[in-house]
Amino acid sequence: VTAGEEDEEVPDSIDAREIFDLIRSINDPEHPLTLEELNVVEQVRVQVSDPESTVAVAFTPTIPHCSMATLIGLSVKVKLLRSLPQRFKSLALTLPFPLPPSHPVNKQLVDKEWVAPALENTPVLEAVNQCLSSRS
Amino acid sequence: MKDSLVLLGRVSAHPDSRCWFLAWNPAGTLLASCGGDRRVRIWGTEGDSWICKSVLSEGHQRTVRKVAWSPCGNYLASASFDATTCIWKKNQDDFECVTTLEGHENEVKSVAWAPSGNLLATCSRDKSVWVWEVDEEDEYECVSVLNSHTQDVKHVVWHPSQELLASASYDDTVKLYREEEDDWVCCATLEGHESTVWSLAFDPSGQRLASCSDDRTVRIWRQYLPGNEQGVACSGSDPSWKCICTLSGFHSRTIYDVAWCQLTGALATACGDDAIRVFEEDPGSDPQQPTFSLTAHLRQAHSQDVNCVAWNPKEPGLLASCSDDGEVAFWKYKRPESL
Repeated sequence: VTAGEEDEEVPDSIDAREIFDLIRSINDPEHPLTLEELNVVEQVRVQVSDPESTVAVAFTPTIPHCSMATLIGLSVKVKLLRSLPQRFKSLALTLPFPLPPSHPVNKQLVDKEWVAPALENTPVLEAVNQCLSSRS
Repeated sequence: MKDSLVLLGRVSAHPDSRCWFLAWNPAGTLLASCGGDRRVRIWGTEGDSWICKSVLSEGHQRTVRKVAWSPCGNYLASASFDATTCIWKKNQDDFECVTTLEGHENEVKSVAWAPSGNLLATCSRDKSVWVWEVDEEDEYECVSVLNSHTQDVKHVVWHPSQELLASASYDDTVKLYREEEDDWVCCATLEGHESTVWSLAFDPSGQRLASCSDDRTVRIWRQYLPGNEQGVACSGSDPSWKCICTLSGFHSRTIYDVAWCQLTGALATACGDDAIRVFEEDPGSDPQQPTFSLTAHLRQAHSQDVNCVAWNPKEPGLLASCSDDGEVAFWKYKRPESL
């Protein structure tokens, strides 16, 4: 085994580009467009630290309507949850900054006791899966 | 500090799921765990290893968030996201669901038995705290619905010897309740936390209450009776609760649970940064302004968020913890000699 082959087994560290690639194609719940097309998410607003296993995505909902903003946040969170190694702690927060963590949408999204039951709720899970489905 | 927490064992309690909460039976011989797989498991020792004695699988349609043993040890209550609370009766190693308590509008977040065993409290995302009375025929009757919180109620806990109930909420406050003329009333609101309060624990005397929060602090509140020497103001005949200590700067994420050992007074925390920490009150510190030292800090106690820490009620220093990784771990805590 050469050094080069060994290197291939070392996983690349996860960067903002990779995170953005995961979330850019998420569908907006209200428009026939992706979050990237609507500028809801942008790569520059993804913060990631592989050594610390943390990801933070700031997003700007198209309308400041709470339930839609929450659904977008939940979709981003679920996408990251399903794609990243389990060690990662992900955060999806609304923009424009600085919306405080105490903002109702943000406070819900960081509360795993709110996220977990929401994902056990079939209509919510279906809405999230709709956002995460690929449109043909 | 390095060797103050030693791993005794680890079990995959709720595989491919989350383990949310743990409760020791009063004899300290059995540990109940509950999780996202909708099950409750009962753990006991065989030789040096921890084995699953029973699985309580029929009962809940969704995540089981918390479990609590009755003071006699013959009953177990389980609170679920399916909006119900089940009461299980123990027969040898078997558990039979004898009652399902319904009434909350949505997820039940916590359940706790009063020290007498005649009262049970539940709380929910519907913002209410319910007090239930238990009669000799195992019939449960709701005697009060308390709507003092303005948001999701995360946790309920009873005073170790009195009929005083405490609740923690997403509204950043802690509330205390007592009985008054056949009804229950909120008798104190503890304000100070800057985000969701996740859990509560009374100290062995019941004079102090620890609360932990999404604001990454633990606060310690002390009860002051009317006419106290320290001159802390009370309204009417109700005691006043004052924050006498804040443990900040130790935790790097949400603190999900706090446990005050009823035997030794050591205070353990479960944190979203995957760590378990233990604090001890400094000997000789001022009771009105106590100071605590971090005596154990296990950074990678679990591979994901630690959700619960539970001290064994009979064996000093035996601590159980559980995590989003689905595992339950058992630890031996030894107070550092330097303290």
